[in-house]
Amino acid sequence: MSEYLLILVSTILVNNFVLVKFLGLCPFMGVSRKLETATGMGLATTFVLTLSAICSYLVNEYLLAPLGLEYLRTIAFILVIAVVVQFTEMVVQKTSPLLYQVLGIFLPLITTNCAVLGVALLNVKEAHGFLESAVYGFGAAVGFSLVLILFAAIRERIAAADVPVPFQGAAVGLVTAGLMSLAFMGFSGLVRL
Amino acid sequence: MLAAILALAGLALAFGLLLGYASIRFKVEGDPVVDQIDAILPQTQCGQCGYPGCRPYAQAIAAGEADINQCPPGGEQTIQQLADLLGREPKPLNPEHGEEEETPEVAIIDENICIGCTLCVQACPVDAIVGAAKQMHTVIEAECTGCELCIEPCPVDCIYMVPVPDTPQTWRWPFPELYSEDARRGLAQVEREEADEATEATHDR
Repeated sequence: MSEYLLILVSTILVNNFVLVKFLGLCPFMGVSRKLETATGMGLATTFVLTLSAICSYLVNEYLLAPLGLEYLRTIAFILVIAVVVQFTEMVVQKTSPLLYQVLGIFLPLITTNCAVLGVALLNVKEAHGFLESAVYGFGAAVGFSLVLILFAAIRERIAAADVPVPFQGAAVGLVTAGLMSLAFMGFSGLVRL
Repeated sequence: MLAAILALAGLALAFGLLLGYASIRFKVEGDPVVDQIDAILPQTQCGQCGYPGCRPYAQAIAAGEADINQCPPGGEQTIQQLADLLGREPKPLNPEHGEEEETPEVAIIDENICIGCTLCVQACPVDAIVGAAKQMHTVIEAECTGCELCIEPCPVDCIYMVPVPDTPQTWRWPFPELYSEDARRGLAQVEREEADEATEATHDR
């Protein structure tokens, strides 16, 4: 049990995918203008990441490994992720038109979120079991959502602030992201995994 | 090699079947009525109906939230078409949302009643009213745009709107009826623009 808790703390805070591993920066910068869209994106990513981590584990364990096709891992995982995203989009469109309207073009963007592929590949590299993979994916997604929502909240304040002209827009966003990354460095050594 | 191809092909096939099933299972029914209503609306996106555009208004009509008589640019014809489509009774245009501009009108001052207060002179945006304090006012018909802004301030209600009569200079053949919805919509716009030009031409005269 403590093992899973360690994985969670590790992925959410210590080895945060965005601020420490620098994966998934595209949605991190793109969807963080408003708190609501950031929250929606975080939720969708959490769902997709957990599901794709599980699916890619299954594909790797029961299809690729027995046939000795580990070298096809990347392309197979991309296939899995694309399908999971498409599936999620259909489910969201059916069950919550409001969320679908908010996320709009961002749902397909999850396909190209390299954090999703990163989780799948790292799961294999770390030789995680089924439940470990799921927790790892979930933790990564929670960490991503946490950072995304924090960043969106900061950016909403920056929007109202008096930023010097050369720093306006993406520049101050990236500077903020860098400072947040520095802050998350403080967690290193909390868990050794 | 063969195993690799078969494995990937099998995986892709399985996922394809899953997605195909999901697209049927989670199919979102678009409302065809909304499209039909949207096709009737004039697509001016003016927002006078109280909705941010023609399509939101069409959705509101389809959902029963809005009435069919809130579109001033479409006017009587649109209301009639909507009533036919939805099987409702046609109603006059709701004046809350503005009035249809059918024929160009000009303001006329009843010079026997006018007290010379100059309030209408100040209200006129195009300086089409001449007159001084305690002197009789009159409207320069060629300048008047028919905006009706002078009617409200008049303390003795001596300003009327009269339609501009068709003269040999302004009359022209009516546009032929067309069958295609799109063509009719396009023509309606052309007609409106030409009507504007015609009024301008009259004013220049």
